[in-house]
Amino acid sequence: MINKFLGFEPDKDKLPSLTAKIGDDIDLSSHKYQKIWLGPNHPGVTGNMAVELWVQGNTVVKAKTHVGYLHRGFEKLIERRLFVQGFPTSIRMCVAEPDTNEYLIATCTEQLSGYDKAVPEMAKWLRMLSLEMARLQGLLRGVPGQGGTFALGLGVQWGVYLRDLILDRFEELTGARVYHMYIIPGGVRGLLPDGFKERMEDNLRDIDDFIIRIRKLMFHNSVFKKRAKGLARITPDMVDKYGIVGTNARGCGVKRDVRKDHPYLHYDQLDFDPPTDTDGDIYARTWVRWQELIQTVDLIRQIMAKMPEKGDIKAEMPNVLHWKIPKGETYVRLESGRGEYGMYYVTDGSAKPRRVNLRGPSYTHAIALLEDMLVGADVADVHAIMVSLQTCPPEIER
Amino acid sequence: MKDLIEKLTEDFKISDVVYQRPDLAFVTVPKGVAISLVTELRDFEGFSHFVMMSCVDWIEEGKFQLLYLLHNPKTKTDVGVKTFIDRENAEMASAHHLWKQVWTYQRELKEAFGIDFPGSPRVDENFVVEGWTEMPHMRRDFNTKEYSQNTYFPRPGRETNDPAEYMRKKLYPNEPITAKKQDNDK
Repeated sequence: MINKFLGFEPDKDKLPSLTAKIGDDIDLSSHKYQKIWLGPNHPGVTGNMAVELWVQGNTVVKAKTHVGYLHRGFEKLIERRLFVQGFPTSIRMCVAEPDTNEYLIATCTEQLSGYDKAVPEMAKWLRMLSLEMARLQGLLRGVPGQGGTFALGLGVQWGVYLRDLILDRFEELTGARVYHMYIIPGGVRGLLPDGFKERMEDNLRDIDDFIIRIRKLMFHNSVFKKRAKGLARITPDMVDKYGIVGTNARGCGVKRDVRKDHPYLHYDQLDFDPPTDTDGDIYARTWVRWQELIQTVDLIRQIMAKMPEKGDIKAEMPNVLHWKIPKGETYVRLESGRGEYGMYYVTDGSAKPRRVNLRGPSYTHAIALLEDMLVGADVADVHAIMVSLQTCPPEIER
Repeated sequence: MKDLIEKLTEDFKISDVVYQRPDLAFVTVPKGVAISLVTELRDFEGFSHFVMMSCVDWIEEGKFQLLYLLHNPKTKTDVGVKTFIDRENAEMASAHHLWKQVWTYQRELKEAFGIDFPGSPRVDENFVVEGWTEMPHMRRDFNTKEYSQNTYFPRPGRETNDPAEYMRKKLYPNEPITAKKQDNDK
């Protein structure tokens, strides 16, 4: 097709038609294809992950995800340590929202040792607060980050600043900015510091303002709209076929949210309805996340208003150095910012777990789904597609 | 959940049922019918969401325990289908035709435990440990400490300290150790 602006036929159209399918042997020596590596160290790649791309002109004809650059054998290390020693290791399995790992491993050990009913009310509210704060800081990076993949860098800078304010609150609540170790078996490590709610409210007001500004910056931007609309579409029939969860599923109208489907902690006492969209493209997924940003701010306000002023924060637990858990197995899940996040935990009656296996949403989103979605995509859109699926390599490699 | 499992018990030779929670049950079936049960649950009982696949190494019994965890989005329930296979020449029928992400799990289990899934796409490709020549790294008999001691040389100048003693020396170098502190240490 003649480009009406250029007045000549672009090179891309002169290339042979796309004939290769996934699994086909692509003959690089034919000079019709080129292989390029995106990552593992590339600003457009989410974390240390590489995508091996076979391209014809600008179009991807085959893609392979490569992980392993962050593999430190966390699951194996936890299996070789006492139950409590597994905590500092487990939180590193997902850097984006480490608190989710704390909750999962604490709940698994509590369920298998029979202490799940002993967790005090106050601790449940504080656990919920820390999980929602984790979601909020993730969204503050994730929503503008999607704009960043289309060269809209300003929102990213706003988001990173506001995320830092939430990390300040984490620091005063837990003593740490990223790896908090706040949720422990039986409860949490501490109460809210004096004045915490006021300072959090100040931050939330700043975030309210950011939410309006990022809407104008991204969703009113013609470049973002033009590139994100219709790109990397997920349809409802793909959801079960690929195991798609979280905002990726909700973006195409499949309303699944662990907080609603399997209410844990006190989520059943909060008033919220997970946002959805129907288009299933990058624009829809980002729009759902933007609405989730509003909802998360609201949930934090609800939690702070409904939580008791004081109370026990930790149940009486056995001496952690001599703690043995009877033989058993369980699976615990929660709704992370990226979707269903779960842990399969097996004990054998000894002082160490027999098996710990994390189920992160990226395991399916970043491999089976991403590899199929990239076929036919323009090479310039690869980052956008990857970020829109919210891939997080550490939870794949564990 | 109970009705469903009772209905399937005879046909699929379910031998062991554990109701971990009202919404989560684990059932054990023979190796030969595991994929059939998973298919039945997916196609006829609404367990359309494949949550995960996992393996537990029961080295004392010479068995691997494979788990297929399925979720029913309508009834909000989970069933974990478990089956035991021999550790020696471990092999299991592939389930990659049921869900798109299953081949990734099988590829990982091949690398991490050495379980083969004949016919599963890319099952022999490296997953996270490129160029690995040792025994599969998630097996119980793989000793991580011994491996690292044999593979990596000790860094000169590195020493191991008791954390409490080290901090005391670092923070209060001139403070004598009192009897009370010594008692606390015990």
